[in-house]
Amino acid sequence: MSDTTATVALAAAGGGEASRFYDTGGHHPENGTLLGFWLYLMSDCLVFACLFAAYGVLGRNFATGPSGAEIFDLRLVAVNTSLLLLSSITYGFAVIAMGRKRQGATLMWLAITGLLGAGFIGIELHEFSSLIREGNGPQRSAFLSSFFTLVGTHGLHVTFGIIWLVTLILQVAKRGLIAANRRRLMCLSMFWHFLDVIWIGVFTFVYLMGALA
Amino acid sequence: MSSLDINPAAGHHGDEEELDHDTLHITVGGYVTGFVLSVILTAIPFWLVMAKVFANPNVTIWIILGFAIVQIYVHMVFFLHMTSKAEGGWTWMSLIFTLVLVVITLSGSLWVMYHLKTNMTLPSPEQLRNIP
Repeated sequence: MSDTTATVALAAAGGGEASRFYDTGGHHPENGTLLGFWLYLMSDCLVFACLFAAYGVLGRNFATGPSGAEIFDLRLVAVNTSLLLLSSITYGFAVIAMGRKRQGATLMWLAITGLLGAGFIGIELHEFSSLIREGNGPQRSAFLSSFFTLVGTHGLHVTFGIIWLVTLILQVAKRGLIAANRRRLMCLSMFWHFLDVIWIGVFTFVYLMGALA
Repeated sequence: MSSLDINPAAGHHGDEEELDHDTLHITVGGYVTGFVLSVILTAIPFWLVMAKVFANPNVTIWIILGFAIVQIYVHMVFFLHMTSKAEGGWTWMSLIFTLVLVVITLSGSLWVMYHLKTNMTLPSPEQLRNIP
């Protein structure tokens, strides 16, 4: 696996100079999965960049509909933000418990993380459904279309993260903290923290700046 | 993930070593520091907006954008454990490349579309009627 990474690296940078550069690093990646998953996250980052750009361009086109200041409930967003932030640190504790090879503690922290994530999704669905009930669904204006797309895509990521989390809880419960499961937990760790990073952009760029305008 | 499921013989020994290497520098203290910093960096922007501390919204916008950038940095360092050395520098390289693309996408879109809007406002009905 590391051979593949090295070959790709050589091919990408071209020739002998690259091999010298690569060797000075000292530590070769033993396994490409974490790096590969990181590259996936970077491409996901570009998806979100496009959605942020679309929101930035369309976010002030209200089409006589409501503005962000009229429909955003910042207290709810603050609760949601703290849920996601708490779930980040509880996942961190799960990773630490995993490093100490304590299966029970790992499972407990993973379960808490899942519950916090589910709370986040619950509040977001509540927000979306009350917006749609009031006639402010995605079809109302360009602002609401881009809002639902950006925030909805993030929510969808969190939902799939929770499904992945439940799968891993079952895997760890059944097979223990074997190397494959630990690698999977490290990948989900990156995914989960990455979603929190995206949420920083969402609450700043969409909610706080929307409430100001 | 799937690549290893297809290829289970890809060397579990190396796998083990790398994960231990990766989890070595992860400490409770690091997470708690990151968490406390994030709470502070989240609470201040929410307070600035909800309590309407500054009369001029533009001041608030620039300040909360600054807080967001600092908080993203804090998450990268304390939660995602980004270093320029991880994976032989390749995560760092891909992150820098992605950041360049993100900056181009965001600033480019906003800049171009803002100028389109100011320079290409729709003509009034009278102007449309007088078009030869």
